[in-house]
Formats: sequence, C-alpha cells, structure tokens
Amino acid sequence: MRRRLADLGLGVAALLGVAATWELYKLLGPEQGWSVREVRVLPRTTDLAMPHVWEMLGRLPEPLTGAPGAVPLWVAVLQASGFSLAVALVSWVLGVVVGFCFAVGMQRFALVEAAVLPLVVLSQTVPLIALAPLVKGWGGRVEIGGFAWQGWMSVAVIASYLAFFPVAVGALRGLQSPDSIHRELMRAYGAGWWSTLVRLRLPASVPYVLPAIRLAGANAVVGTIVAEVSTGLPGGVGRMILEFANFASSDPAKPWAPLLGAVLLGLLVAGLVSLVGLPLGRYRRAEVTA
Amino acid sequence: MSAATAAQDHPRGAVAVSVEDVSRVFGGSGGAVTALDQVDLTVAAGEFVSLIGPSGCGKSTLLRLVADLDRPTSGSISVFGRTPEQARLAHDYGIAFQQAGLLPWRTVRANVELPLALHGVGKGGRRERAGHLLDLVGLADFGDHFPDQLSGGMQQRVAIARAIAEEPSLLLMDEPFGALDEMTRERLQVELVRLCAQTRAAVVFVTHSIPEAVFLSDRVVVMSARPGRIQEVVDIGLGRGTEREEGLREDTSYFESVTRVREALHGGSGAGATVRGAELR
Repeated sequence: MRRRLADLGLGVAALLGVAATWELYKLLGPEQGWSVREVRVLPRTTDLAMPHVWEMLGRLPEPLTGAPGAVPLWVAVLQASGFSLAVALVSWVLGVVVGFCFAVGMQRFALVEAAVLPLVVLSQTVPLIALAPLVKGWGGRVEIGGFAWQGWMSVAVIASYLAFFPVAVGALRGLQSPDSIHRELMRAYGAGWWSTLVRLRLPASVPYVLPAIRLAGANAVVGTIVAEVSTGLPGGVGRMILEFANFASSDPAKPWAPLLGAVLLGLLVAGLVSLVGLPLGRYRRAEVTA
Repeated sequence: MSAATAAQDHPRGAVAVSVEDVSRVFGGSGGAVTALDQVDLTVAAGEFVSLIGPSGCGKSTLLRLVADLDRPTSGSISVFGRTPEQARLAHDYGIAFQQAGLLPWRTVRANVELPLALHGVGKGGRRERAGHLLDLVGLADFGDHFPDQLSGGMQQRVAIARAIAEEPSLLLMDEPFGALDEMTRERLQVELVRLCAQTRAAVVFVTHSIPEAVFLSDRVVVMSARPGRIQEVVDIGLGRGTEREEGLREDTSYFESVTRVREALHGGSGAGATVRGAELR
C-alpha cells in the first residue's frame, strides 16, 4: 500500500514537472522562438502558441462552442476519448491475436519464419497514412448478408497493423526461448508439437509476450488516432485534434484539450494491458538451475 | 520369451537395453567426428550399469541414442525388444539430466505430475502418485514450493521423482549429480540405490566420477575417447540395493573396485597419460 502511494506521488510529481518545464520555457524562452536561418528550432512562446497551463485547464469546464446548450469541453473530449478507446481496444485485440498466430506459425515451420519474418519487419516501413485509403476502400466494398463494413472497422484494422508487429516478434522469441533440456524432456515424454506448445512454449513465452502486448497497446492508441485523422472518421480524438486546430488563433487553449484526451487514452490502455500480467505472475519466475 | 512379456514383468535375466554394433558419426564428409564406434552393450532388466570415461568418449551420446533423442549412424538399439522410438512414445523409460530441468512456473508437485499429465493420468491419480513420490524423495513438505525456492540438491531430487513417476522399467540418467556438492551427492547416491531397489528398474547412468560409478553399479562400462569405444566392462558385485549403504564407502571391496575401474580407465588412455574429464577422487 505504501508502495502504491509512493508510485502515485511520483506520477503526480512527474505531471507537475512537465507543467513546470512548460511554464519555465514560456517564461524564459524568446517571444518569437529561436531560428537557425529559416528553420525554427525552438517554438514561439506567445500566448497563442503556448497558452498557460492554467488556461488550458481552465478552458475544459467551459462550453465547447458559443452555441446555446453546448456541452462543456471536457465532456466532449471524454466522449471522443471513449470512442477512440473502444476502437483502440478492438485493434489491440485484433493485433495481439494476429501477431500470436504469426508467431505460432513461424515457430512451427522454419520455412514460414524464413519467408514471413522479413515481410513482417518490412510491413512496418509502410507508412500508415499510405495504407489508410487502401483499407478504407476495401472495407467499403465488404458487405456480407446483414453485415456492413463500418468506418471505425477500417480504423481498427489500420491500427492493428501497427499493433501486431511487437506481438509477432516478441511471441516468436518467447516461443523459441525454452532450453534444449526442456525441449528434450518433452520429446522424451513422447509429447507432440501441440502438447509441447501448451505445456512448455506458451508458458515460457509469457515474459516475452507481456512487454510485447504493452507495446502493442501503445501502438494501438497511436495507430487509432493517426488512422482516424487519415480516414477522416468522426467521433474520435484524432478527428477532434484536426478540427480544433482551426481554433488555434481564436481560442488557443482549445486545441490542447484533445491532446490531453490522447494522453489519458494512452494511460488507460497501458493500465488495462498491465492488468493482463497480474494473474500470470508465476510464469515470470526466474529460472534457477541446479 | 517374447519382447512383450519382457517389457511387462522383466524378470532378472530379461534384456532391458540391447545395443548392437552402433556407431554415431557427427558432421558431414571432411569434418566428420566419430563419437561412437561399433559399440555393443546389453543391460539386463533391473541391472544398474554406469558409463564412465573421459570427455568425448561418447557416453552421453550413447545414452541419448537409447533415449531416442538422437539416431545412430549405423547399428541397432532395442529397448525391451522395441525400437527406441517406440519405447520413447510408450513412456518405457524415465530420464534425468545434469540440470534438474524443472519448469519454473510449475510447483514441485506439478513438475512431478507433468509426465503423468502428458500420458493422460487423471487428476486424482496424479495427485496421489505425486504425493507418494515426493514422500519417497523426502520432499513431502515442499509440494507447493516453486523450483527457485529449492536448493540444487532438492531440485535434483524432484527431477528424479519426476523420472520415476510412471514406474519406468528403465531409468536413463546423464550425470544427474554432476552439478552437486560432494555431500549432497553421496546422500542422493544412497537414495538412488534405495529407489532402484524398490522400483526394480534397470538404470543406465552416465558419470565422470569413479567412486560414484562403483558405489551405484552392478557393472561399470569404461569407455575410451576418439573414437568412442567400450574399453572394458568391470563387474562390481558389491551386492544389490539395500545392501549398499554409507558404510560401503569404507569397505575394502569398494576400494578394490575403485582401483579396478581406475586402472581400466588409465589403460585406455595410454601409458602415463592423464585421463581428461574423469574425476579420480
């Protein structure tokens, strides 16, 4: 319990530290920033470019727009974050499942590993933005019975493209991690590939898979926001960032609100994913040899 | 007598392991290394046979061939009248290595239950058998511990309990006490002798230690290196099972056997040459 409180205190201190750094630079930095020839290296510190932290926070309870009956800004941001959270979680699950299937396939057949692993690595060099219109276009044509492709599904697929990578690579390393003594023991017991997978390789892969799915969580959030922007899907944080950027001059604190939402989203997903590791503690015991 | 009945009741005199003219060559043409060269060996049911020799004499290779963890280049091996592969798939043997090789995420009890679970023994039966085995190796109170909470000697005892979990008629052990300190080692040797007397299993035991081989075995197979061959087979004849206890280590007949094995080892590596890899303690 004391540990928990200390951790919490440390987290709050880190947030305050970020805010203090912001304000310190705003106070000391040159008004027009600092440029090397035409390239600006340090940002401007005007109230337009860098509103005070308290202005950003103070903007949150105020209404979204001047229209009568508008909801407060923070409610709108939370709604958008909730929408993006759902999409990010779907894409995370999709990425983890697909990544794991890749890893198991690559572990099972050396030929598949030789053929697929370079492609998996190569896949991450394709920019997400280039992929977005493709997926959106394909998705638009999918219609099976009563099932119609939804816009958010394209976003989930694009984000999962980013999320599956660490899982495929991490799980493969984990599945390949058992020592020869354990593999030979399973062989001596006449255990086939499936029993060896279930009794030995999967448990042994846990210490590799947990960090991988945490990375996948972060990738799913980034992927979701970027894909929302590039497919133009309304309702999420990504689109909100794009929309609010227009208010940079008239309402300078407003564009920062969805960024806070994105940070919150990342923290939430990281927290949810770390819950997965809790019941798996026994698989993380360090092995001690005789 | 047919092979099937030999596997079932294996009376004294039946053959547990038969190795005929077996060679194992590693590597392709050019860099080929002959690990075993035309080896013949027969282990009777219930017999304790140690393989001893310098490093590179192929004693571990021979054990791995019997266990079907490796295949011979030529020659044939049978385990209770079957091929090693059939014997492996039928769980005819139990095996233990120098490292205990316990799965770190399983409790001690679950580790002992592993071969039983893989062979489809029900939960109740597994639990009962594991309890009995842990009793046998003196770890009844440690069933719910994890391997990393145990000392090396205790881990090795769990590994032995696991090896005998299915009451195999054959135990294959590759330097199981090699990584332990001398005191733990001697205590486990006495325990192993007692366990073998109870289970009446044949044992093929690979070791570097002459005293260990002599204390445990009915016969000691002395091997020589490059290429791996059987140099000499020394009959020990110090009595079976429970007749072997701590006191035996100070008996004259024990020392005589140690001397005979030592001389056989020296004879194999040429006059004046030291025996690499063998501990002449």
